[in-house]
Amino acid sequence: MKKLKLVMIGNGMAGVRTLEELLKLAPDLYDITVFGAEPHPNYNRILLSPVLAGEQTFEEIVLNDLNWYAENNIQLMLNRKVVDINRKKRVVIADDGSTAEYDRLLIATGSNPFILPIPGNKLQGVIGYRDVADTQTMIDTAKTHSHAVVIGGGLLGLEAANGLKLRGMDVTVVHLADWLLERQLDRTAGKLLQSALEDRGIHFRLNEQTEELMDNGEGRVCAVQFKGGDVIPADLVVMAAGIRPNTELAEKAGIPCNRGILVNDTMQTYDPRVYSIGECANHRGIAYGLVAPLFEQAKVCANHLAQLGFARYQGSVTSTKLKVTGIDLFSAGDFMGSDGTETITLSDPIGGVYKKLVVKDDILVGACLYGDTADGGWYFRQVKENANISEIRDHLMFGENALGDVGHQGQSSTANMPDSMEVCGCNGVCKGTIVKAIQENGLFSVDEVKKHTKAASSCGSCAGLVEQILISTVGGAADVKPKSEKAICGCSEMNHGQIRAAIRERHLTSMTDTMAALSWSTPNGCATCRPALNYYLISTWPGEAKDDPQSRLINERAHANIQKDGTYSVVPRMWGGVTNPSELRRIADVADKYNVPMVKVTGGQRIDLLGIKKEDLPAVWKELDMASGHAYGKSIRTVKTCVGSEFCRFGTQNSTQLGIELEHDLFNMWSPHKVKLAVSGCPRNCAEAGIKDVGIIGVDSGFEMYIGGNGGIKTEVAEFFVKVKTAEEVREYNGAFLQLYREEAFYLERTVHYMQRVGMEHIKKAVLEDADNRKALNARLQFALSFEQDPWKERIETPQLKKEFDRISVVQVEEATV
Amino acid sequence: MNWLDICALEEINVLGSRIIGGPKGDIAIFRTSDDEVFALDDRCPHKGGPLSQGLIYGKRVACPLHNWQIELESGVAVAPDVGCAHKHEAKVENGRVLLALKVAATECA
Repeated sequence: MKKLKLVMIGNGMAGVRTLEELLKLAPDLYDITVFGAEPHPNYNRILLSPVLAGEQTFEEIVLNDLNWYAENNIQLMLNRKVVDINRKKRVVIADDGSTAEYDRLLIATGSNPFILPIPGNKLQGVIGYRDVADTQTMIDTAKTHSHAVVIGGGLLGLEAANGLKLRGMDVTVVHLADWLLERQLDRTAGKLLQSALEDRGIHFRLNEQTEELMDNGEGRVCAVQFKGGDVIPADLVVMAAGIRPNTELAEKAGIPCNRGILVNDTMQTYDPRVYSIGECANHRGIAYGLVAPLFEQAKVCANHLAQLGFARYQGSVTSTKLKVTGIDLFSAGDFMGSDGTETITLSDPIGGVYKKLVVKDDILVGACLYGDTADGGWYFRQVKENANISEIRDHLMFGENALGDVGHQGQSSTANMPDSMEVCGCNGVCKGTIVKAIQENGLFSVDEVKKHTKAASSCGSCAGLVEQILISTVGGAADVKPKSEKAICGCSEMNHGQIRAAIRERHLTSMTDTMAALSWSTPNGCATCRPALNYYLISTWPGEAKDDPQSRLINERAHANIQKDGTYSVVPRMWGGVTNPSELRRIADVADKYNVPMVKVTGGQRIDLLGIKKEDLPAVWKELDMASGHAYGKSIRTVKTCVGSEFCRFGTQNSTQLGIELEHDLFNMWSPHKVKLAVSGCPRNCAEAGIKDVGIIGVDSGFEMYIGGNGGIKTEVAEFFVKVKTAEEVREYNGAFLQLYREEAFYLERTVHYMQRVGMEHIKKAVLEDADNRKALNARLQFALSFEQDPWKERIETPQLKKEFDRISVVQVEEATV
Repeated sequence: MNWLDICALEEINVLGSRIIGGPKGDIAIFRTSDDEVFALDDRCPHKGGPLSQGLIYGKRVACPLHNWQIELESGVAVAPDVGCAHKHEAKVENGRVLLALKVAATECA
């Protein structure tokens, strides 16, 4: 088949990102031609400021070098400005006369700096701040001249001013509004910023308008005159008073524009063959000037160019960060507030810290931080997730303070970390390594950082720190989407919620059907999506969907935990942590017979036999003659108990018995992530019920139930759920809550994270307030469990299943070497 | 090439694997969804994890220990990881899986 022709006008970040996404989805669909007006391959425009400030070189900010274009067979036409589009003949014409035909056209011409319509704006030494050439002009001028004036106190203007100051010029910033960054900061934060920049020697003229730029007699600017009559010297004038979408070409071609090329939710213009993305496109009235939204647009546009046709762009919440080293400010969402919003403020003008959070209907809608921006990423996530913050409102201001709980010395802010400090304690990755990988490889998401550095790829406890480092390195371009919005993996564009819904609504019952119905881009998924899909299928359609052992990771396939040397550990079930002499004898006998190198007591009140060979597993299980302990699964793990009223002189309830009953209730239950319970017989809480997914504390008058606790990576204290009178009620509420979690949580989401996502109110409504629903949930749990049986027993008794554990024995292998 | 009859194709699950003892340690034999078979030394180039126990998708296997992705056709780790698991020739003929052992140090450094 002949390939289609795709022509892209503009060679910037948004456009090239679209090509990257497109090549992932449909590598062979198009012959691609790219026109770029600049002589450079795609570079990271956001990092021009560090280049100006002398902190990075141009080579370091190139995102796609010329090899990349060659490797992907993209014809790159540099230094050529497209001057005309003939839509009838479907051909574009460049200023050197070269032409290119297209089947699809992507206009990504970006924006132009707004040049004030004042006398003298064409003089030599008057520039915008947009590209490498502008940056080079500033660097060169700083070597020969001394006075610079920057018009515009926005992000770009301040970054330019800071860079010029560092290069030795005397800099004045002229700004029309009352305070700096009036679109990113409120007045208080703006004033703090101003005094910090004044300390660096930058001058400001606020509430000021420029009247005229004066000629030195040789066609070069020499001074700036203001409305009020004042005149200050200026050898260089940088116009940073805003950007205008570059729509000249599109307008000339008759494509409807209105402060940007008009596009729909698929990034298509009024001409169905023509798409537009980036700063030149106007989507629902907004032309975005920040990178993160443009990357989202790129994904959607690529989806349609690849003829998949289902992604939609529905606008973005944005955040900004000033890239001036040593000054931390961050804002996101609606930080100014409006009718119906409340604000929470922390202000320490002497210490140089100011934080403002804007809340509307118990949802965080905006944040403005100055001086301490460590929690910027976290607040931004709350804003994007529309998370209900009513329960954490009293400590919301102090951020995700428990972040970095273990393994990184309690460090919760990356700003002051030295490069040599270890961030990822599992894989030994330092901050400097992460920053270097981000800069050298042009990384924008935590997933990419994980791939390149291995940081946060094991236990994940440092993911928050990695995200902070990412944000402080690439600023607003960081892709910090929550799991609820992210695609499940590279195999699909859909997120976990969409996939769960599709499986339920479209009655999908097998892996193959699901992948076909949801247009999976790979033949059989990957190690990320297959275990998730398998769980969604069997939990949504128990009895109908068949469990696929090949889509389970090894521990759940072998029903034992793999160890670093490839041997396994075996943990037999001891209901409620209770055992007896004959079980202990059998365990001892097995340990002797199989030379078990270590016998260990676990944190969940079980006994662990470590170092067992895979082929011995079925025999070990048989000789133990005990049920599977599921210590290896995303499943019910253990119910830990204290001695309780049977023996303990303080005990008020029979916690041991209740623990045994609960454990029988949940036996063989698969779940989104592991589930651990504990039952204590009195408020002394010896079973540590406060850090369990469901924790029960017996009191004289009944039982208190707590949910969403977690003792692992990040200690989370369980929240009070309900108090009930009888053990029967505990079992009913417990079953209903866990079934709700099984039905609604995303794969690998612990109860605490599920709870944070949906809110305690939602759970209470479904389980506490609606008795019928509670019964229905329990019935569904029982129904699902009725199809399950003890996996160890199953494998001992079914030869077909036992095969998984056998090696192939061929005697002649020794001689068969070639 | 000295082909060795290993087992019937059905003896290996689709997207599954089996282990066979070789002169220089275990060899993993993988079966893809297209009923192709591949054989690699059962040791991940990263930390020696048993690749036979990994999850198989397309023509790759994800190591069970630290999720390195290994190409079944070549034994090479998928970038950005770097390394290579030693490869042996394997094929299916008349429903039987055949294996030919290859001496090390041919394609793997």
